[in-house]
Amino acid sequence: MSKTPTAVLPEESHDNGVSRAQFIKVAVGGMCLAYAAAIGYPVYRYLNSPVEREAALAAIKDVTLAGADKLEAGSVLLFKFGPYPSMLIHHRDGKWVAFDAVCSHLGCTVQYHPDLDKIVCACHGGVYDAYTGENISGPPPKPLNKFQVKVGPGSVLISRA
Amino acid sequence: MAKIYDYLDERLSLSDLKKFGEKKTVPNHKQSFWYYWGGISLLCFLIQLMTGVLLIIYYKPGPDAYNSVRALTYDVDFGWLIRSAHSWAATIFLVSVFVHMFSVYFMKAYRKPREFGWWSGMVLLILGLLFGFSGYLLPMDQLSFVATKVGLAIPENIPLIGHGIANLMRGGMEVSDVTVQRFFAWHAVVLPLLYIPLLVFHLWLVQKHGNAIPPSEEDVPVLERKNIPFFPNFLMKDLAMWLVTLNVIALFASIFPQDIGKVADPLGPAPVGIHPEWYFMSSFETLKLIGKVIPGTIGEAVGITVFTLGLVLWVLIPFYDVKSLAGLRAKRATYFGLLCLGVLIVTTILGYVTV
Repeated sequence: MSKTPTAVLPEESHDNGVSRAQFIKVAVGGMCLAYAAAIGYPVYRYLNSPVEREAALAAIKDVTLAGADKLEAGSVLLFKFGPYPSMLIHHRDGKWVAFDAVCSHLGCTVQYHPDLDKIVCACHGGVYDAYTGENISGPPPKPLNKFQVKVGPGSVLISRA
Repeated sequence: MAKIYDYLDERLSLSDLKKFGEKKTVPNHKQSFWYYWGGISLLCFLIQLMTGVLLIIYYKPGPDAYNSVRALTYDVDFGWLIRSAHSWAATIFLVSVFVHMFSVYFMKAYRKPREFGWWSGMVLLILGLLFGFSGYLLPMDQLSFVATKVGLAIPENIPLIGHGIANLMRGGMEVSDVTVQRFFAWHAVVLPLLYIPLLVFHLWLVQKHGNAIPPSEEDVPVLERKNIPFFPNFLMKDLAMWLVTLNVIALFASIFPQDIGKVADPLGPAPVGIHPEWYFMSSFETLKLIGKVIPGTIGEAVGITVFTLGLVLWVLIPFYDVKSLAGLRAKRATYFGLLCLGVLIVTTILGYVTV
């Protein structure tokens, strides 16, 4: 800013179309935004920290269940695949299957009914096929996620298809 | 923007608030600088409130205290920053509170009709120190463990009831995870519940009576005294000071982040060179000095009595420094204030030198 006595008051100078008041408004507004970001970003990361850790956990490709090969025929074992509840079913006919135990409707944890030989969700009455995970009645819009199962001596390896 | 303002104004009378702020004035004189320190204390308190809420999200009082602070500091993204900002804002809060108190004292702003401002401020200061004392234990490392043991020896020395009070505060005979749980309840629930309404009362009094002017300014004829509008002039200056304070806290928190020591070991010896936080250093050193002159429990009792008497004199200053007896009396109050300030500073420095 010129200090010569002939200088035009900045408010009156319109050579570049920006008045002093407008400039200050934008500068102050910009500074406020910068401060809000400088405070908001660490706070967001701080709050989001456990989410990031679980996301890393959710990225795992397989899980080994020690001793699960001894699971009795006609019974189920619930386990965690990363952060999510999942189920391993040993059918009476000897077949092994594993699913994501989260209902595709509204996320309740589903359960295996050995008597019906079906997977059901108690929340809204969804029913899934216990071999394929297909949604067969009730509100679920999609089948359950199916995992690959490898039964070995002493453990069962579950992996994403 | 203008439309939104009009919408809100018609319903919430924002322009009344603006008019009020423009009409309200703040004295402008050589000592006006000292008017900012209450506001700085307020900002620090607000920062503590916000960072404190954030810390509660991960902190686990009780037996998990140490591990949760450790995880919060080293594993959670920016946890070190939130924790350091909380601790540095506490330090700067107490610095600004002390500056605020002494400036009020020397400007004699405790005189009628502002006595309740002084008294509520004194209670706020004591609550502030209790915030510091209770918060210090929460990480439950060796230093905070020993410091709390030592600190609780002070109520222990009160005749007859002291032992019972200290046991109640500890939740046992020794500092343990029960104590941490208790101190957390004080630090995060009880003290804020006491502090916030009193703070509102304190601020309401400032609004009611306006800023006090120092005696030197009272000699200036009323018409020659200068005032500036609260809105926008004083508010802008106040906000500028807030911005400076915020930057100082951010800088300190980033350059000198809070670490965590070894986990508290009830059988471990006190660390070498252990000393209290700076705001308790003066009383710590004074007790040590008196203990050298009068050894044993009598010395301790004398020390605590001297403190209590000094504090009572300090709190009751509005009663014996009355305006009608200005001149000589006012000077005595100033000398007493200088003596207190001098003792505080000298014993604090001495404390750090002799540690």
